[in-house]
Amino acid sequence: MSWMRRHLLTLEELSLDEIDQIHATAAAFKRSLTQGAERAAGSTGGEATSSSSQPLAEPADPAPAPLRGKRIVNLFLEPSTRTRMAFDMAAKRLGADVISLEGSASSTTKGETLRDTAENIQAMQADAIVIRHAAAGSPLYLSQILHIPIINAGDGAHEHPTQGLLDTFTMREHFAPEAGSLCPTLKGRRVVILGDILFSRVARSNIHALRKLGADVTIVGPATLVPHHFSALGVRVSHDLRHALADAEVVMLLRIQHERQSLSMFPSLGEYTGLFGLNKTRASWLHPDAIIMHPGPINRGVEIDSDLADGPHSVILNQVTNGIAIRMAVLHLCLGGQVLNEPAA
Amino acid sequence: MPTPRRPRPKKPELQTQVLVNTTTPSRSALPPHPASPASSTSPAPSLLWIANARIIDPAAQRDAAGEIFVKDGCFVDSLSAADKAAARKIDAGGLVACPGLIDIQVHLREPGQLHKETIGTGSRAAAAGGFTSVVCMANTTPPGDNPATIQLIHDAIKRDSVIRVYPTGCITVGMKGETLAPIGSLARAGVVAITDDGDCVQSNEIMRRACEYAKMFDLPLLDHCQDHALTAGAVMNEGEVSTRLGLRGWPNAAEDIIVARNIILSLYTGAHVHMQHLTSAYSVELLRAAKARGIRVTGEATPHHIALTDEALGGYNTNFKMNPPLRTEADRQALIAGLKDGTIDAIATDHAPHANYEKDREFDHAPFGILGLETSLPITLSVLHREAGMPLLEVIDLMTRRPAGVLKLHDGAGTLAAGAPADICLFAPDEKWRYETARGFSKSQNSPWDGQELTGRVHTTICAGKVVYDQGRITADAGRSE
Repeated sequence: MSWMRRHLLTLEELSLDEIDQIHATAAAFKRSLTQGAERAAGSTGGEATSSSSQPLAEPADPAPAPLRGKRIVNLFLEPSTRTRMAFDMAAKRLGADVISLEGSASSTTKGETLRDTAENIQAMQADAIVIRHAAAGSPLYLSQILHIPIINAGDGAHEHPTQGLLDTFTMREHFAPEAGSLCPTLKGRRVVILGDILFSRVARSNIHALRKLGADVTIVGPATLVPHHFSALGVRVSHDLRHALADAEVVMLLRIQHERQSLSMFPSLGEYTGLFGLNKTRASWLHPDAIIMHPGPINRGVEIDSDLADGPHSVILNQVTNGIAIRMAVLHLCLGGQVLNEPAA
Repeated sequence: MPTPRRPRPKKPELQTQVLVNTTTPSRSALPPHPASPASSTSPAPSLLWIANARIIDPAAQRDAAGEIFVKDGCFVDSLSAADKAAARKIDAGGLVACPGLIDIQVHLREPGQLHKETIGTGSRAAAAGGFTSVVCMANTTPPGDNPATIQLIHDAIKRDSVIRVYPTGCITVGMKGETLAPIGSLARAGVVAITDDGDCVQSNEIMRRACEYAKMFDLPLLDHCQDHALTAGAVMNEGEVSTRLGLRGWPNAAEDIIVARNIILSLYTGAHVHMQHLTSAYSVELLRAAKARGIRVTGEATPHHIALTDEALGGYNTNFKMNPPLRTEADRQALIAGLKDGTIDAIATDHAPHANYEKDREFDHAPFGILGLETSLPITLSVLHREAGMPLLEVIDLMTRRPAGVLKLHDGAGTLAAGAPADICLFAPDEKWRYETARGFSKSQNSPWDGQELTGRVHTTICAGKVVYDQGRITADAGRSE
């Protein structure tokens, strides 16, 4: 099986096989990322994997700089720190040259259209564009205009595919029977996404990936931010936190996006925290081995108690590390690389 | 004690009002009814004989093979042998001959937005679509909120239009919803209705006063029913599809609330309020109930809202972006039911041209609106006649006599009655053809049907007895602005 796509626009359009290919490739990159301490640990634990998990074959380490000589443009027309840095680091680790263009610096502020900006970038012989844009559908629009790969780094409230990939990758690591492997499926895993779902591209991408991987997904939060229309995406919609969190194996918190909520979506941050903030008591309702995830940036004390964010159940920083591996895998595959660590049939 | 049925106001209602002048010279600039300008200068009478047609005249409940005779721009029952010999004879070859189509909501973009459309190009697109009368909206630059702008539009119509174009005026100054426009002066300048179009009047107080005031001149208020607070930033129907696409939703409730408001104000003031481009199932229900109570309200639906749903937006194609937005299948079915049972009075296109570079943008940033004039008949036939099984005569009624009645355009408008101006559309209801915007007559190309095979084709359009469009070509000599 080989990777056939030039663009990564949405997780809605990816097949389960394609998600597996990206995750397998990311696992190989992650090992190269963390070689040293983790490799040493891995060699004592043995890299032989059990038959129930995907074997991550030993010699799969990628070539050191497969994208040497490639020019990747990070076109970030909406503010971003983590995602832009992660794409930047991922591309540089692959040997690519990276040029970052931010909204305020680009010609869009002078009235240039997105089409013109993008065609200019292509004319400068860029090899790929990573785009972050406040308007949903913009990456698809660019993919219809340009012939170079377009990677969606978040489009409005639509999708943030690399975030959905890194989050599900993190879950597959967690549920794997052995360190260093990935759980072949998330079938039946009880995943709760809590917070601002309406405006969240992270939620949408996660929902698509989780459903394809078989997870049992509940979204929960105030009715204004968690509208019933989401049930059409195959998830349970709940406004009852206790019920939703009971025995959940993963809880993913989403940031309350103050900047988008000039519209009165809930009375106050205080009331939100009172009703839906994750604190120790509520965390105790979770499955004992549950993990707590957050795509960042965290509003400590709003959607999550500060202690929980730093506590043993939190995998928040592991998500960040996985974000590099996932973006390396996506850039590698969309720019013509082969799938690494071919999953077992 | 409420009086559900209010008497139709007599015209003129207020004799003492200086501004009221109900003997306005002509509400439509071209051609002055009943005779066309040409006939007054030309010595030879214009004679037309259409033979071998399937004549559909909803006003007469007529759907039968027959002939049509025209003399001096008007229908006549027969022609003398000498006139027949002199007449231009058109063998319709079995085509349907119906009254020229009437569209009570189009945007011709003149003055001020001539890169999108002009009265010249828009009237040609209309003629190509079988239309002989269109009502143009007042959201031009500057808007039609003063008699001078209306006069400018009348001048352009006289100079450039190949069919009848009826201007509307604004309800409020600058369509800002704050101060009443000089509605009396607009009436005297010859507008057929007042409307703030896309900028629905939000203040119930202003709308109430506009209703009371416009009623003096028997001017209908055309309202684009949209509550702004409920639709801030909205670009498509709110529902499952907007949820999937991550686009800001425009809930049905925002239309329903204003439809209900307008019904209440019409009941309270007796003014005629017309609901433009209805999209919501519950709005249709509200209108049905209001009409049953005898309240003076009417409504229209567009071909695109009865043909398409929000599922069409999956590819973020901006040619499916319009306001109000495409709704769900349930709404679509409710519109069709409303058209079938008479609740909705007319098909109107909301023809809204935009230049390619304006539509070629991120979905959020593209302007609302699509072309409609050149595809209205085939799309409407496909939905109402072939899909929903309405008799051809009833479908044509929704595109001729009934819209004419909503705005009382001119005597005999939308009929083939003797004495009425000879406006005719000849079309083949089952003929398939490929619509290509690049070969169309509008200045713009923003149609969701570009490149598609459509069924139902206009062959010939006749306005005031003159053939203005025939077999793919504009044949009228009026207007050379383009």
